[in-house]
Amino acid sequence: MKNKSLISINDYSKEEQLEVLKVAEEFEKNPVQNILSNNVIASLFFEPSTRTRLSFESAISRLGGKIVGFSEASNTSVKKGESLRDSILTVANYSDLIVMRNPLEGSARFASEISPVPVINAGDGSNQHPTQTLLDLYSIKKTQNKLDNLNVAFVGDLKYGRTVHSLVIALCNYNTTFHLVSPVELKLPSSVKMNIKEKNLKYYQYTELDDNVIPNVDVLYMTRIQKERFSDPLEYERIKNYYILKNDMLENSKENLRIMHPLPRVNEIDINVDKSPKAYYFQQALNGVYVRQALLSLILGLK
Amino acid sequence: MSEKRKELKVSAIENGTVIDHIPSNAVFQVIRILKLEKFENMILFGTNLESKKYGSKGVIKVKNKYFKPEEVNRIALVAPSASMIEIKDFEVINKTVVEVPDEISGIVKCFNPNCISNHERVKNKFQVVDKNNLRLKCYYCEKITAKNNMTFF
Repeated sequence: MKNKSLISINDYSKEEQLEVLKVAEEFEKNPVQNILSNNVIASLFFEPSTRTRLSFESAISRLGGKIVGFSEASNTSVKKGESLRDSILTVANYSDLIVMRNPLEGSARFASEISPVPVINAGDGSNQHPTQTLLDLYSIKKTQNKLDNLNVAFVGDLKYGRTVHSLVIALCNYNTTFHLVSPVELKLPSSVKMNIKEKNLKYYQYTELDDNVIPNVDVLYMTRIQKERFSDPLEYERIKNYYILKNDMLENSKENLRIMHPLPRVNEIDINVDKSPKAYYFQQALNGVYVRQALLSLILGLK
Repeated sequence: MSEKRKELKVSAIENGTVIDHIPSNAVFQVIRILKLEKFENMILFGTNLESKKYGSKGVIKVKNKYFKPEEVNRIALVAPSASMIEIKDFEVINKTVVEVPDEISGIVKCFNPNCISNHERVKNKFQVVDKNNLRLKCYYCEKITAKNNMTFF
């Protein structure tokens, strides 16, 4: 994996993905290691982010690395009209690895083509978010003690939710049965569904989140209806309260069910659910640090 | 007999390539895709010609030029029914039907307005994921451009 950019989850084979999870486990046991002390990592966030950026920066700091970068594009040369090409070629001079989030889809792939240093995609528009996928896989494996043959429900915005796209694609390697719950307007795109069909896996589509779904699944992956993806505010208002998970809806759920969410949450999980032993989203966010530590050290050839 | 007369509506060439069975409305696109505007050899073309098979067709004849299969397959998106006929001394020496290639570059725009290829100077690339229904997956944004939302450069 040394020097190998991570743009799309499929850039890493199943074996490589499992290798990342294995190294992440080591970091969970021993998160503070001074192995990045000779490295500078560029953290280029052209679009706002809390968890992804902070967990990357936390991962880098806990490994003793230095960070250069920005958390919004407005105080950089991008505002003066600099192209992404020029920004990347410049920043690559100052760093050993680039972590980038950019609102344009395909921007990370493009950056990895022109950059002399490896690039980790921290989200490109509605396309891919592979580090989230790896931390989701890590969280599933940790809570279910396996990745194979699970029933996983995805709920909410399956059309624009890039975390959903990447995780669905990744889970196609593990004989998953998919339960896809979304309003008709926000169904999983055919380009993603193609992956499920190619592997001949089972998938079911629903418009309601109820006892037809919840008692049958091992993982309930909730997502936010993303306001910023709607051009029509009325459409957003109509759809935003479609699915709200409450404690009483979990009554018939399996013992091993875990509720995950890539966060931020708006109102799709009632805060009373947070106390349920089945709620896992905050631990899931913590796992992001270990997985990103694993990725950084593997790509920089330090593990 | 009538077939022969139709062919002759665009004069025969002694040596070169005849691209036949082009949909009438795609002749100029084929010329652009094959960059024939920049070509210096003699080019003859006709369109809205009568065709038994398709009702109407276009034909392009390029003197003293033989195309590589990968060159001619670039026109498959606009002229999937076209055939390429190589002529030597007025005789047909080879006839092939165009084939949709596995990858396509620089012909079609990605339909996703938010794709990097529509914002920076990037030579776009597509993987052809469905040859029959012409569905192209963008190498950058990974979105599918289908036949009905294709725009050509």
